[in-house]
Amino acid sequence: MAAGRGNTSGESMKNGLMEPVGGSKHRNGHTNGKHKNGLNGKNGRHEKHSEWQDDFHESFEETPLLVAILTYLGYALLVVIGQIRDLMRAYGIEKDKSCTEPKLEGFVPLFLSWESFYTRNLYRRVRDCWNRPVASCAGVRLDVMERTSPDFGWNFQLTGKKLDVMNFGSYNYLGFAESSGPCASAVHGVIQKYGVGVCASRQEMGYMDIHKELDELVAEYLGVEAAMTVPMGFATNSLNMPALVSKGSLILSDELNHASLILGSRLTGAVIRTFKHNDMTDLERKLRDAVCHGQPRTHRPWKKILIVVEGVYSMEGSIVRLPEVVRLKQKYKAYIYLDEAHSVGAMGPHGRGVVDYFGLDPSSIDILMGTFTKSFGSAGGYIGGSKRLINHLKVHAHSFIYSSAMSPPVAQQVISSMRIIMGKDGTQEGMRRIRQLAWNTRYFRKRLHDRGYIIYGNKDSPVVPLLLYMPSKVAMFSRETLRRGMATVVVGFPATPLIETRARFCLSASHTKEMLDKALKIIDDVGDMLRLRYSSLPSPDFSEKGIQLIE
Amino acid sequence: MMAVIPATWDMYDLIQGVLQAPWYHMVFEVALVLLIMKIYYSQSFSPDKTVLTEKEKETLVAEWVPEPLAPEVPDDHPILVGMDKYCIEGQNGKYVKVNGKSCINLATFNFLSMVGRKEIEDVALQALKVYGVGSCGPRGFYGTMDVHIQLEEDLAKFMVCEEAILYSYGFATIASAIPAYSKRGDIIYVDENVGFAVQKGLTASRSNIRWFRHNDMEHLEQLLIEQSRLDKKNPKKAKVTRRFIVVEGLYLNSGDICPLPKLVELKWKYKVRIFLEETMSFGVLGATGRGVTEHFEISPDHIDLISCSLENAFGSTGGFCCGKKFIIDHQRLSGLGYCFSASQPPMLASAAIQALKILQDKPHMLVDLRENSEKFHEKLKGIPDIAVVGDPISPIKHLVLAEPAGDPGLDIRTLEMVVDTAMNESVALTVARYLEPEEHLPKGPSIRLSVNCELTQDEITRSVEVIQRSFQTVLQKLRTRSPEVSSPLESVQQDKKSEVASR
Repeated sequence: MAAGRGNTSGESMKNGLMEPVGGSKHRNGHTNGKHKNGLNGKNGRHEKHSEWQDDFHESFEETPLLVAILTYLGYALLVVIGQIRDLMRAYGIEKDKSCTEPKLEGFVPLFLSWESFYTRNLYRRVRDCWNRPVASCAGVRLDVMERTSPDFGWNFQLTGKKLDVMNFGSYNYLGFAESSGPCASAVHGVIQKYGVGVCASRQEMGYMDIHKELDELVAEYLGVEAAMTVPMGFATNSLNMPALVSKGSLILSDELNHASLILGSRLTGAVIRTFKHNDMTDLERKLRDAVCHGQPRTHRPWKKILIVVEGVYSMEGSIVRLPEVVRLKQKYKAYIYLDEAHSVGAMGPHGRGVVDYFGLDPSSIDILMGTFTKSFGSAGGYIGGSKRLINHLKVHAHSFIYSSAMSPPVAQQVISSMRIIMGKDGTQEGMRRIRQLAWNTRYFRKRLHDRGYIIYGNKDSPVVPLLLYMPSKVAMFSRETLRRGMATVVVGFPATPLIETRARFCLSASHTKEMLDKALKIIDDVGDMLRLRYSSLPSPDFSEKGIQLIE
Repeated sequence: MMAVIPATWDMYDLIQGVLQAPWYHMVFEVALVLLIMKIYYSQSFSPDKTVLTEKEKETLVAEWVPEPLAPEVPDDHPILVGMDKYCIEGQNGKYVKVNGKSCINLATFNFLSMVGRKEIEDVALQALKVYGVGSCGPRGFYGTMDVHIQLEEDLAKFMVCEEAILYSYGFATIASAIPAYSKRGDIIYVDENVGFAVQKGLTASRSNIRWFRHNDMEHLEQLLIEQSRLDKKNPKKAKVTRRFIVVEGLYLNSGDICPLPKLVELKWKYKVRIFLEETMSFGVLGATGRGVTEHFEISPDHIDLISCSLENAFGSTGGFCCGKKFIIDHQRLSGLGYCFSASQPPMLASAAIQALKILQDKPHMLVDLRENSEKFHEKLKGIPDIAVVGDPISPIKHLVLAEPAGDPGLDIRTLEMVVDTAMNESVALTVARYLEPEEHLPKGPSIRLSVNCELTQDEITRSVEVIQRSFQTVLQKLRTRSPEVSSPLESVQQDKKSEVASR
């Protein structure tokens, strides 16, 4: 074991040295510019797990050096211009159009000028790419309300025109964001029966029969003993984690975890350490250190160690190396908190998330968390696990005592869509959607790789990031794809490392092959215009052929 | 000097400083940097650092026994049993159906009886046809529907503020708003009795917290004076330390109202900003339901941020913050619960828009609510053995035992028995639940009553009678059932045993 560990850490050091100037730290130790299978490309150490590693295909091509330099120059230029304009504004040469804080005698200013420098001078120029108002269901197509800005992004006006575009931006993985169909009609009945409000927390007369039905169904769906549900996905993490660990415990958190997990961890009072994104060598090193050395200063043993990971990382499109996490958890007696916000419904042969994808036993994960916002087309989140865990949460979770219970129609949408996915409605509709999404994912990813774009993530992840790098290309890509009839999401700093700005496509089971082809055509048009074909690697060898579609 | 030269001069100064420095200065600086790097990367000398061998590490790993993930909670834990026993069938409105029996609902915050209103249901159904249920994304990524924008505009207009920002969950609203402004090193003055969501916001902000006694303005002023003394000693630090007062409009935990006029006075005197949590008072206090500012006829301009919930009086889900544009707009990039969460289901936004319309069309609901609250207060005061906590016009009332046993666990069990007895007579009540170890201050055991504006005189009289009878029966039982048992704890245990036996 020791030799193996030494070996891999040596490799990751080498990788570290070979990183380009612009390479972000978290690329360390796993791929270094290759489409790679398995863990650090080493064979023969984990014979037992070779099955999943053979099929585990993730790609993180490194940023080309020239592109990195140009991107930095781009930002430098924006910063210099921003400084000049700030100076001009300060002297009244340029009119200040932003909504600035009025000076109140004696009060400490609420905001510092340099804090909003980025917002004022960089973000403002591309503000139209986010928060676009929508006048329809966020389904497979959506009506984006056209906006114009008379003053370069300070203010917006609606033109009254609506653009009917293909939706590649919403987390509608299984296509349940629908305003008609079996789910909508069930919800219709529930609104008539229950209304929309609850006005109480679960422990204070807010527990309704529909909540009970939902909890039981979620437990059955996940294959766990019990489950509990919360009306907001974000709050599921931030309000329940404090009931699980406290002072004297350690949280080992993936460095790219979602804000809600970070906030939840912070509210627990436990010590938080991060490990490199999806890097199992680093995780093992930190686990081993933690168990051997105990708490800092006192060296008392930790009360518990909680490993916090996500199923699918929504900005990277990567999938957690779960079998390896489970192995480490068992070896070091830690607990796993798995956030399946983007993977439940969207991954696995039965749509039960990454646990299903890797064919693991759900009971090997201590805390299964997920949200209903994405695949189920509803809102809220759940936690599933042992009966003991759920009983404890029902009594001690903040969300059950201090905040309102779930609105009945929202609960019904989850019940209906979940029953369809489970095949409880007596049709194959759920299975059809799961297979279609899997097929769409492989098809779309493979075509993008073929075309020479740099695509991040796992071959089976329905979140597909396409690297744009330069700040100017971000805005152009978003505007041009929208103009051509495709709604996409672009993400930049601070959500990603400074130079790794990207566009992100979220695939859906509702996308037809024609739509995907049309989308590829649009990406090609815009991609050629912006010269986005950065990849210098051969296209990876996977395809959609193995997936059987249900008509 | 600093006031004349704008902040951007810092940059200019820096560049000028570098250009004008003599050459030997540069050489010296570079050498210094190299030295620091050398020290940083060289191995530190620590004589008593223990180095474990791999074998020792393996042993340590094998020996370590973690605590169980969750402590054992038996299936018959009173809270679990209570939830199951009072699981509501159908609508959670003015009347609730529990165990097949229809009860007057005095437990949920349905103050304006918005749950179950036909007009709201109709609007929700229409919204369902257009938007479906979920928005499938955060506000930034195609999760901003036209109804969200409309609701924000309507609420801002209603609250006479420049802008409102919508959150998808009431708890997340204030808990996200506080850390968006107050950072490490800033000071927050907080009433000791604030609700749990505020407490979580305070923790997340990592600011310095100064607690003042509940509604005690003298104590607050004392703290402010103390701080201004410290400020004089360290004016540099004082210039960058932001200060906030965080109070609730109507306190959920005690049913009383904050002394806003005095707070505003202190705000201007000591230059502190006020964040007002109106989760309970929005749609309840004031002539048109604008909350505590309207109640005291104070312009909302004096308050820096107002945070409200749509989950109580409005019978929807979500919350919002409102205030001046330059303050609120900041949350659109810094409010964690706003940026990183899926937006509110559009259907619930439509429901809230409609609820606001109803409130504006029928302001007499607020008069009814106030009258009902006062009637309840008057009548409840007449019940022996209990005390009513809260302002007469507050629709939230806490009923506490006049002679508590001294052991909170025991008192809660007594109150739970009262709730059970009342439920048998078709009045739904609830014991106020807290997570005691996590709360800033221990909360006394109480039954928390919520008044609905649509309750009739007859219903009020009947429910107060039931409450009185329930208290009497339970207390009687505890006193007389087993006279040889001196401790009430034992009598309750006996009671429990006999209950189990009778099952």
